[in-house]
Amino acid sequence: MPIKVEKLSHIYMKGTAFQKVALDDVGFEINDGELIGLIGHTGSGKSTLIQHLNGLLKPSEGKIYIDSIDISSKEVPMRLIRQKVGLVFQYPEHQLFEETVYKDVAFGPRNLGLDEEQIKVRVTQSLKMVGLNYNEIKDISPFELSGGQKRRVAIAGVLAMQPKILILDEPTAGLDPKGRDEILGEIKRLHVEQGLTVIIVSHSMEDIANIAERLLVMSKGKIVFFDTPKSVFREVDVLEKIGLGVPQVTYLIRKLQGLGFEIEDCVSIDEAKKELLRVLRGRTS
Amino acid sequence: MSNMIFTSNLTFEYHGHHEHNVKAIDDLNIEIKKGSFVAVLGHNGSGKSTFAKHLNALLLPSDGSVYVDSMDTRDEKNLWNIRQTAGMVFQNPDNQLVATIVEEDVAFGPENLGVRSDLIRERVDEALMTVEMLEYAKHAPHLLSGGQKQRIAIAGIIAMKPKCIIFDEPTAMLDPIGRREVMDTIKKLNKEEGITIILITHYMDEAVQADYVYVMEEGKLVMQGMPKEVFREVEELKKLGLDVPQVTELTSKLIAEGIRMPSDILTVEEMVVELCRLK
Repeated sequence: MPIKVEKLSHIYMKGTAFQKVALDDVGFEINDGELIGLIGHTGSGKSTLIQHLNGLLKPSEGKIYIDSIDISSKEVPMRLIRQKVGLVFQYPEHQLFEETVYKDVAFGPRNLGLDEEQIKVRVTQSLKMVGLNYNEIKDISPFELSGGQKRRVAIAGVLAMQPKILILDEPTAGLDPKGRDEILGEIKRLHVEQGLTVIIVSHSMEDIANIAERLLVMSKGKIVFFDTPKSVFREVDVLEKIGLGVPQVTYLIRKLQGLGFEIEDCVSIDEAKKELLRVLRGRTS
Repeated sequence: MSNMIFTSNLTFEYHGHHEHNVKAIDDLNIEIKKGSFVAVLGHNGSGKSTFAKHLNALLLPSDGSVYVDSMDTRDEKNLWNIRQTAGMVFQNPDNQLVATIVEEDVAFGPENLGVRSDLIRERVDEALMTVEMLEYAKHAPHLLSGGQKQRIAIAGIIAMKPKCIIFDEPTAMLDPIGRREVMDTIKKLNKEEGITIILITHYMDEAVQADYVYVMEEGKLVMQGMPKEVFREVEELKKLGLDVPQVTELTSKLIAEGIRMPSDILTVEEMVVELCRLK
């Protein structure tokens, strides 16, 4: 069990007038190699939660286990946790700082004390993993790249630490549709080919429905649902009440069900196409 | 005279890395009518933001011309009139707020225009009322949500009484609720205040709400028309790296399978009607 969270609570500025409960008795388990979508309105506790998973924040109460190690314990060296759990922040390209792409991606592995040969292997591999050509890009300044490329370099910098668990906070924010599809495609491929456990925070129900195996839905510091996209997106009313929604095709299918169409729930365009063809052809033939 | 924006052979070149010039905008001819709501689509680097910056003279054409409410942007004496006529709202609300109190932020523009102080009070209250943020007048902007901050930025523009507002990806950094708030505000400004709206976006669900859509690619205009005319070209848009609404894409897939239905469906409601007809 790579991630197990038990009765986790986090209170910001406890004991002051600004006290705010950001996480309230949260518990869940994530299996090895799962791809999880984390959704919730701004202020629901998503960011606070992911910052606990690599030890940036400490629980006010409760426990977090990564590979059975209790990371809330003071004895656990943070370096070990940060190596296991890679966290990609929102707009990670703002954190690029080196003169060349190579140096930027090499920064993490170099801090691990690896020798130059090992560092080179890691930089080559991680640039390849995000779909960039090592020879073409290694000597370029990261600031000369396009937005999508910069973001991929930043993700490569996290992958170079060879984490087992990769957490991305809104990895497609501000990208155009093509850039978004490329980044999501790379993440999906990493998950399939490298067996990485992935948690993606997203505001796009359409994107998350296409990529996630299970959805963790948060509101006001609590977990509302933790289930497959299909089951979660059945709960339209609850989701709307907490400031979320469902993919447009799911709205369509629900409306049709209400009008007497005998049709299964759908969360993607291809599912909806199959279902509608079945129904339409069944009637006309 | 009924044009808010008129461009004639607008071209904008800048010096690229290897000493050759890059045309960010290439011979663009656009007419935007007063009171209309138009959307400009295109992927990153297509020239849409460069175009937007020409509409209040932040950039000046290398060749051709841009007229804002019949004022030539190259004529320096028009500059302040143009800036007052065409306001701009950018992507990141944090980069647009200057004061520590909401109402002071909104007052910043009219103060600089030399508006009398009793009139400033009036304009600030009106502007905050329009974006539905009056109750936050005394709040600190940094404690507001992204959607609220963006509405404050919009109020700051409205307080200058512009005839036209250019929005450059105003919802790109917002969550779904913030996006809805800002889109509702934009539509209200157009319908109730009669302000001409130019919305630069790559969210198709926002573009379908416009009266007219322009699609840019490599600095050129490659498609234009009413949303229904543009979005039915699903394959073409996908080739340009753009999205179409899910129901429009689903419709095009059903048509490819031999189902007979119109190709210009943009909303869930339209699709439900069509499918009920087929059933």
